Amino acid sequence: MEFPADLRYSSDHEWARRDGDRVVVGITDYAQDALGDVVYVELPAIGTATRSGSAFSEIESTKSVSDLYAPVDGRIVEVNEALTDAPELLNEDPYGRGWICVIAVEDPASLGASLDALLDAAAYRALVEG
Amino acid sequence: MSTPRRTCLYDLHLANGGRMVDFAGWEMPLRYGPGPVAEHEACRSGAALFDVSHMGIVEISGPDAARRLEAVLPAAVSALAPGTLKYSFLLDADGGVVDDVIVTGGPGPDGPVTLVVNAGNTVEDLVHLRLHLADDLTISHRDDLALVALQGPTAADVLARFDPGPSALGFMQAGGATIGGIEVDVTRSGYTGEDGFELMVAVDEAVELVEGLLATGAVTLAGLAARDSLRLEAGLCLHGHDLDRTTTPVEAGLVWAIPPGRRRDGGFLGAEVVARRLADGPLRHRVGIRPVGRKPVRDGAELRTATGEVVGTVTSGGFGPTLGAPVAMGYVTAGHHEPGTELVADVRGTDVPVAVTALPFVPHRYYRP
Repeated sequence: MEFPADLRYSSDHEWARRDGDRVVVGITDYAQDALGDVVYVELPAIGTATRSGSAFSEIESTKSVSDLYAPVDGRIVEVNEALTDAPELLNEDPYGRGWICVIAVEDPASLGASLDALLDAAAYRALVEG
Repeated sequence: MSTPRRTCLYDLHLANGGRMVDFAGWEMPLRYGPGPVAEHEACRSGAALFDVSHMGIVEISGPDAARRLEAVLPAAVSALAPGTLKYSFLLDADGGVVDDVIVTGGPGPDGPVTLVVNAGNTVEDLVHLRLHLADDLTISHRDDLALVALQGPTAADVLARFDPGPSALGFMQAGGATIGGIEVDVTRSGYTGEDGFELMVAVDEAVELVEGLLATGAVTLAGLAARDSLRLEAGLCLHGHDLDRTTTPVEAGLVWAIPPGRRRDGGFLGAEVVARRLADGPLRHRVGIRPVGRKPVRDGAELRTATGEVVGTVTSGGFGPTLGAPVAMGYVTAGHHEPGTELVADVRGTDVPVAVTALPFVPHRYYRP
């Protein structure tokens, strides 16, 4: 399984990619594999506030509904509209075209520390591969 | 909860990438590597193989067994030609569905008549049969047999590579065959809406049988998730969800499975309630539910009218890969059951507009020569 080194990872199986003062969020290769075919992504409304570790949306596979947890504090400023008609992008390209949303952080100065609190690729791999 | 049981194909599932889950007390493959959608599509376009060995195989034999079974089954068991299958159900005294079953007529009036029953209900069914049948009838649970379902439009071609016999069977007929040197009992039946077969085989020969079928390269292993989406698209009931003891066959739209003579003459457990419901008309109806949009509506969601009146509940729901859209079924009160009726499903606090739809969602393609 692939866990790109330039991403940070939550123990809830989301990835976070820093883009200036914003953070792009998706689910990991491990998460998409464990879920199986994703059939619906509840895209959060623009402006929705997020808190690190709190659920802010849902993903549905053929057999289950799973919460999506925010990796950082902030608010949603962009969502991947392509997932409305093609939720399978989460399975096909979890780190690329399957991105879910962009969170703008309230306090850019603390963003580095927030991301440092997440796992790096090696630590995340150790978590999921035991 | 005791440790889940494993079928004789457990190691084969693991070796083929099966993701195992606990289902009705059994450790069964939810899916394999390709995933539920690919497995579902393989069954609609080719041939998919399901391990259904967790289901219970029950044989009843003894003096006049077929006719006496009619006391607990509303099918015309005594009129069943040898090797003919019918869908039926065990009812309780209130007409509630204890289990839905497939009954196969035996070689003579003394049986054995074979019932294939749901895995999670096997023990309850055995108790029910023992309670309502006299002691001179023998009831055997054939856990020395495994059962696999080969389903899809090319299933007949796959079996024809080994034995021409199965292709000559019509839907709901049984026969014998030799597949790769292994003797099996074959029925042309299944629970996917497609043409297909179920193969009953001795437990110690099941792995070799399945490996032989997989070696054709024309068969895809499929798990419980695909089996569920296939039967839901086909509008078929899952006991414990769409059927239970609070539901009679009349509400469930299954009266077609009770022959007219038995409806008229009764003589089976629950017959009075069924007759009364038939005369009065059902208070609620099983219907198809098509959610508007892509958000799945699942088991347990409440159904309301636009003005907020609660008129029903979803009993099965998920994603239908053949339709590329969510599908569901449930029960609504009479008057709200006509196809095209617009309702609202409460999905964990979110209102999802839905339309009542005729079943099945995907037409059946059974083989009827």
